[in-house]
Amino acid sequence: MNILLEAFAKSFELVFTLNEDLFEILLLSLKVSGISLLLSCLIGLPLGTFLAIKSFWGKDAFLVLFNTMMGLPPVVVGLIVYLLVSRSGPFGWLGILYTPTAMIIAQMILITPIIVSLTSQIIEEISQEYKSLFASLVVPSHKAIIAYLFDARYSILTVVLAGFGRAISEVGAVIIVGGNIDHLTRVMTTTIALETSKGNLSLALALGIILLSIALTTNFILIRLKIRAKRRMYV
Amino acid sequence: MYKSNKKNLMKLTPIEVIDLSVSLGKDLILDKVSCSIKNNSITAVIGPNGAGKSIFLQTINGLTNIDNGKITFNKIYNNDEIRNKQAMVFQTPTLLRRNVKSNMDFVSNVKNKNGKLIIKNILKRVGLEGYDNKPARLLSGGEKQRLSLARALLIEPSVLLLDEPTANLDPFSLKLIEEIILEESKKGATIILTTHDMAQAKRLASDIIFFNKGKILEQTDANVFFRNPLTKEAKKYINGEILL
Repeated sequence: MNILLEAFAKSFELVFTLNEDLFEILLLSLKVSGISLLLSCLIGLPLGTFLAIKSFWGKDAFLVLFNTMMGLPPVVVGLIVYLLVSRSGPFGWLGILYTPTAMIIAQMILITPIIVSLTSQIIEEISQEYKSLFASLVVPSHKAIIAYLFDARYSILTVVLAGFGRAISEVGAVIIVGGNIDHLTRVMTTTIALETSKGNLSLALALGIILLSIALTTNFILIRLKIRAKRRMYV
Repeated sequence: MYKSNKKNLMKLTPIEVIDLSVSLGKDLILDKVSCSIKNNSITAVIGPNGAGKSIFLQTINGLTNIDNGKITFNKIYNNDEIRNKQAMVFQTPTLLRRNVKSNMDFVSNVKNKNGKLIIKNILKRVGLEGYDNKPARLLSGGEKQRLSLARALLIEPSVLLLDEPTANLDPFSLKLIEEIILEESKKGATIILTTHDMAQAKRLASDIIFFNKGKILEQTDANVFFRNPLTKEAKKYINGEILL
């Protein structure tokens, strides 16, 4: 019990004294997860919208594929990306193994299917709702798509935040392709795993507290947005 | 006949429906119906539930596929230019997940209509003045229908299609919508509405189309229809009897 209390006390000290190492790890985590989320959204939102509103042969197969990929085990993704970007792999010439770039790619593979599948479901629902109205108004396709995305903004924001949650809390893939190198690829989750194994509970706990705070803040924002949207019947 | 020209586009009537058949899945909804809708008329489409009235309206608006037959607007087949001069108000209004003003702005943007003043005036006309920032889907049933009508009016339609526009509405909304229908007619619009309210059909309509089981049994002047319906089905319907 004493060890736990000591660890808590030290972790708060690290947080409130703005410990340099701690904030370096925090910033890298936010950078890697933020960039992977941004790129996933750039791919996932248009792709999800396309799958929702277009009919084509094999569409169901794509949807099943993306739904299945939502549950991809991170370590498997890490292993695949490792094999692809390792020196002997097809993309070994890029020299990105054990860099934040490889970590971003791994996280993108994990969160893009979430963005695609959930966006597709949301846009399909709203496009069905608006179908007759838009047909009657002769709304051009591009204006219809903008309207779907705008009117589903609260639901899509939920998807984006869910993607961020998955990215920031992920450990299996980034530890394989990032290598957990100090001052280079060490992020919150990999540091927690490493420091716990070394018995340095205070730093692990400090990062755990920050990670939980990020998760709590994200969920708080999410719930507030949902309540606001529901009150206005925007979802 | 297939070519569109601007002169003809402004005038969409008469609307000629010739041997029109429409199916939904395996069900034949409209069975070789033919009728003619005159310029600047108010035509009430009446008949029992499931007779095909709503599908008839939607087909005129180009929302359903035609199996056989044709619809022409002043001798021109339906196209996007013609549809841009039509407006449809659905029985259950679909409102965007936005506030009242944004719902109007969306239509204004799609139809390239400029003018905040026009929107303001139309909202005032339908009794929704001061509702700009209210979320549209929080409006009451009557208010929703009036907003739906306001969006339609923003288009300044030559043909206004109204699918049971006053069903289940409060007397205020009913009166207001009926007044607007008459005003739009005076301005020159051709109006086609479906209704189960015989008193409303008498108050508003110049012509009646009577549907039963996907067929048009009568099309006639409203006064003639209510005074002396030709078919026994129409007589029964007017008297509130079940049509089998």
